[in-house]
Amino acid sequence: MTNPTPISLTVNGESVSAQVLPRLNLADFLREHLGLTGTHVGCEHGVCGACTVRVNGDIVRACLLLAVQAEDASVETIEGLSDSGEISDLQAAFQNRNALQCGYCTPGMLMAAQDILTHEPQADREQIREHLSGNYCRCTGYHAIVDAVEATARARSGQAR
Amino acid sequence: MKASAFSYTRASSVTDALDLLALHGDQAKVLSGGQSLMPALNLRLSAPALLVDIGAISELRGISESNGVLKIGALTRHVDILRSPDIAKHAPLLTEAIAYVAHPAIRNKGTIGGSLAHADPASELPACTIGLDAIIVVRGRNGERRIQAADFFTGIYETVLSPEELLVAVEMPVAKSNSAHFFHEYARRKGDYAIVGLAASGILEGDVFADLRLGFFAVGDRPLLAAASKHLTGKPVTASMLADAQAALDAELDPQEDQQASAGMRRYLARQLMARCVATLLGRPELDARPRA
Amino acid sequence: MNDSSEKQSGLSVLDRPNSYIGKTVPRPNLGRLMQGRGQYVSDMVLPRMAHVVFLRSPYAHARILKIDATEAKAMPGVIAVVTGAELAKVITPWVGVLSHLKGLKSAPQHAIATDRACWQGEAVAAIVATGRALAEDAAELVSVDYEELVPVTDMRTALDPETPVIHPELGDNLAFERNLDAGAVDQAFKDSDEVVEAKFVFGRHTGVTLEPRAVLADWNSGEERLTVYLGTQAPHMVQNIAAMHLGLDEAQVRVVCKDVGGSFGIKVHIYADEMATLALSKLLRRPVKFVADRVESFNTDIHARDHVCKARIGVSKNGTINAFEIDDVTGIGPYSMYPRTSAIEANQVINLVGGPYTTQNYRARTRVVFQNKNVTCQYRGVGHPIACSITEGLVDLAAQRIGMDPIEIRRRNLIRDDAYPCGSPSGLKFEALSHHASLDKLIAMMNYDALRAEQAELRKRGIYRGIGIASFIEVTNPSAAFYGVGGARISSQDGVAVRLDATGRVICQTSITEQGQGSESLTAQIVGSVLGVSMGRVRVILGDTDNTPYGGGTWASRGAGIGGEAALQAAKVLRKNILDVAAAILQAKPHDLDIIDNAVVDVQGGQQRIELHELARVVYFRPDTLPPGFQPELMATRHFVPREYPFAFTNGIQASWLEVDTQAGFIKLLKHWVVEDCGTIINPQLVDEQIRGGVVQGLGAALYEHCIYDERGQLTNANMADYLVPMSGEMPDIDVGHIVSPTLDGELGAKGAGEAGTAAAAAAVTNAVNDALSPFNVTVTEIPLTPRVILTALGRI
Repeated sequence: MTNPTPISLTVNGESVSAQVLPRLNLADFLREHLGLTGTHVGCEHGVCGACTVRVNGDIVRACLLLAVQAEDASVETIEGLSDSGEISDLQAAFQNRNALQCGYCTPGMLMAAQDILTHEPQADREQIREHLSGNYCRCTGYHAIVDAVEATARARSGQAR
Repeated sequence: MKASAFSYTRASSVTDALDLLALHGDQAKVLSGGQSLMPALNLRLSAPALLVDIGAISELRGISESNGVLKIGALTRHVDILRSPDIAKHAPLLTEAIAYVAHPAIRNKGTIGGSLAHADPASELPACTIGLDAIIVVRGRNGERRIQAADFFTGIYETVLSPEELLVAVEMPVAKSNSAHFFHEYARRKGDYAIVGLAASGILEGDVFADLRLGFFAVGDRPLLAAASKHLTGKPVTASMLADAQAALDAELDPQEDQQASAGMRRYLARQLMARCVATLLGRPELDARPRA
Repeated sequence: MNDSSEKQSGLSVLDRPNSYIGKTVPRPNLGRLMQGRGQYVSDMVLPRMAHVVFLRSPYAHARILKIDATEAKAMPGVIAVVTGAELAKVITPWVGVLSHLKGLKSAPQHAIATDRACWQGEAVAAIVATGRALAEDAAELVSVDYEELVPVTDMRTALDPETPVIHPELGDNLAFERNLDAGAVDQAFKDSDEVVEAKFVFGRHTGVTLEPRAVLADWNSGEERLTVYLGTQAPHMVQNIAAMHLGLDEAQVRVVCKDVGGSFGIKVHIYADEMATLALSKLLRRPVKFVADRVESFNTDIHARDHVCKARIGVSKNGTINAFEIDDVTGIGPYSMYPRTSAIEANQVINLVGGPYTTQNYRARTRVVFQNKNVTCQYRGVGHPIACSITEGLVDLAAQRIGMDPIEIRRRNLIRDDAYPCGSPSGLKFEALSHHASLDKLIAMMNYDALRAEQAELRKRGIYRGIGIASFIEVTNPSAAFYGVGGARISSQDGVAVRLDATGRVICQTSITEQGQGSESLTAQIVGSVLGVSMGRVRVILGDTDNTPYGGGTWASRGAGIGGEAALQAAKVLRKNILDVAAAILQAKPHDLDIIDNAVVDVQGGQQRIELHELARVVYFRPDTLPPGFQPELMATRHFVPREYPFAFTNGIQASWLEVDTQAGFIKLLKHWVVEDCGTIINPQLVDEQIRGGVVQGLGAALYEHCIYDERGQLTNANMADYLVPMSGEMPDIDVGHIVSPTLDGELGAKGAGEAGTAAAAAAVTNAVNDALSPFNVTVTEIPLTPRVILTALGRI
């Protein structure tokens, strides 16, 4: 119904229950209901990647998922990945390389970067560029981001840079 | 923009989904992966009264092979296809094509059934089903229909699927030892919709195409199984046969003009893709003569 | 440096042991941005906050006959529906002109259109509700009767007598015209062995900041004060404009700028819908928030470029360039943007064409015309990419005509590195540039000869690669010559206040703003270096008109050069004050003392005398122990604006290496190089990343970005799927090198770097494409260079 619908899910390891309108997308749910404003909204039509979060371990566009579809799901946002320390090395690499300027794309970019580091730990620059090609960054020109992800990949696989 | 208000219900089974669709008719929209529907909702280009979420119907998931037929459930995600060893073995064209579909975060949600039912003429998977001679399996309350992929797509975002039916699976013959496939698309950026694309499969007997299925996309209001391939089968391909095939292709295309390309540009690129495909499958680069100054 | 203590130690702020100037140090504010803990305006929520959605004209040009909001007002959650006429009671219209752009005219523009919509996307009503979705629901129920008027869309015919005049009271559609004739142009062309002509076409594009424009206005009727939370590059400008048009005193307006999700010039303006939001807050006496959605962004964020320019160059067989001539036209939309105006870009094109070269023979005309499309105004690189593409395109065409290598023709014509100071035929004054040193460095970086050999080898195999070179100059550190002299209350000076707090740490307030360039970092680096304080102990406050000195902000590549110099001067005063206190405490002479690593030390021997936190403790808590009559001042403020030169010009050169698929018309970028000279480099990494980011925005213009309007004035690709921006998959790695020619207009010597990348990237790519296609005798002078453009040029379609 168009009336609020109850949902229960896990967000960054915490159980969350809420009443949401069916039309509310996951990005707005995270931002407006839970105050998790690290998930950014850049286009609301699934192109820019700023709202990228993890749902059940997979990166998705939070603007292209309804909050009601996240029933029983495990959602992880940039706040969760930061607090757990999962991407602290990647964040350090971004900092060292100045791989962010305005920072608006960065949470989504880190999500996408961690995804390739998980699934393709040996990725080369071209594969990194391709994997990040759904995440729009207007500031950096991408070179520094690719450097930071590549450096993290090398460090994690124990190779010298 | 925010989506207009709608109601939402989660179908527990195919039967349940079909009952809901029968009840609500074209007031309802099926929500599968949502990767095409959600942008339309968020931009208020679409404002259904009800979304029927089929995402929890487990019987629509999965990839299986038996008796030479590969079956892919409608809810199978693009990423599942990309990573499936069965698909890589039995329908390598799909493995190759799926990498061109959007980006990882989209592929993690988007489903093959959703893509086929959405029937965007510029998208990859509809053309693949045509190139692979697939059967699209749809179910209604009155039973199942099995539709040749080439007959399934009827226009821009239009198929033979009725509002009360559900696309449940895709079936295709497994690749044979002498099967060959080709996929390429011209797109401005990685993951963009194609300006022109080609998903092709063929059977090679020596240096001769015993069969060749050319599934062009973004060349008209629906994916096209090019009849022009008949000029290329049965005997060793010559430059003049290829030229005949290109001319025939040109005659059967009805491309649209948009911001990316004129109709003439699409015709041109489709002819180029045909040459590239034939040259690649036959291992004869001279058939794809690049322009020289 | 002229500080006496430093003369004694023999060290300047650039080479002190704990100097951060010239060093790559991480930006201090990255942690919160990377952890999702930044605060952008779109994140903000205030008690009783309402959301506004604007109903926008679907027509490019239409009279508004009637607005019926009855049904919308009855919707749940709707607070108000306000028309332009209703809002005009609380906010006055404006006219975007500047007096130094002689003849520039425009019409009064309202926050919300009152009787006529002049572009598709202009707001015609505001719907305020408790939530954005509810406001959008209600907006669908507002019915507007329009009388569609004939739109003026083609700038090339905008001045024809048969074309309707958009603002009849102005007489015609010509907003501005400038003519320039310097040297002996006719004679120079007559003396030339070859004259090459071309028509250059530049598509209209826009900034596409990833965070859309967002504003939260909070009129507190109890305080009679308006607080404006806005992602802006110029808080004090916004304060002034808001106060002026809302009938308030400037003291009644506070502008706060927190994190900003991309700016690039898009957010240096104050937009009509933002002004409307401020007025609505005042009208409704509660906080009102507006966040543009992406479709609105494309329709209303300022657009830029959109020039068509006929141009020619005269050259002698020996390679001497004798003259440039251009005839430029640009369409700016229905209004000149307020307050910076929409004539600046065209004016810059005239100023900059031919800028790197010695010839003094130059004739130019530009005409700036009105049209019923979205407004254009200043976006990153203002005029530079156009001027550079024209100049460098002509130079390459001339070289090709006389059979000379593109490098060689530049060597023969670029202004010599020892020729400064000198000027351009358009009146620009150059203090010190390094075109030849930059060229030499570029050739070495890209291994030019090897690349040419590779190109020749590949060409034999039917692979067509091209090398494109583009020299450029860039306007940075603008003085009052940009806006102030034209009557706009846009500050060209900036101020910095620095204080030592009670724990020996430093708090620094600056009027420049941060949108990711590194303003916070460079300020902390400079202040830390001058004071001898670790960067981690320097906290920088910016973006708040209540809490920073008055100043311009961050735009026109001015933050480091102007704000950085103010920080340097303020820190020098504080340093002197600290040493005076230390001398009093230690009964020493100030000039015998220095500050290193957060402690006062002896100049001779370097022995630590008193730590800064101890000095601060004495000053703040035991001033009774200081000598009678001695008043410590642990806070200092200084302001700065360049006075010797109206602008600090920088220069540089870019090169592109790419491959053209001559079968399909696609371009693959393989590599890009930049050598630039922004004077003193405060943080090499930040400069490099400004360059890279700027280059990629230029590459976007070269290959992808285009606001495509149809003949009825409809923007047909106002979404992210259809308006293409550069993504990581197609962008090349970019190598950056530097030459350093500091400006003497200030002690720091820093010039700007924010726009250099954008200035020449498209020119380098276009030249490379033409180089690749030279065997086909094809020349392309239109961007974006789409596959359709390439295939058409090659005659394939």
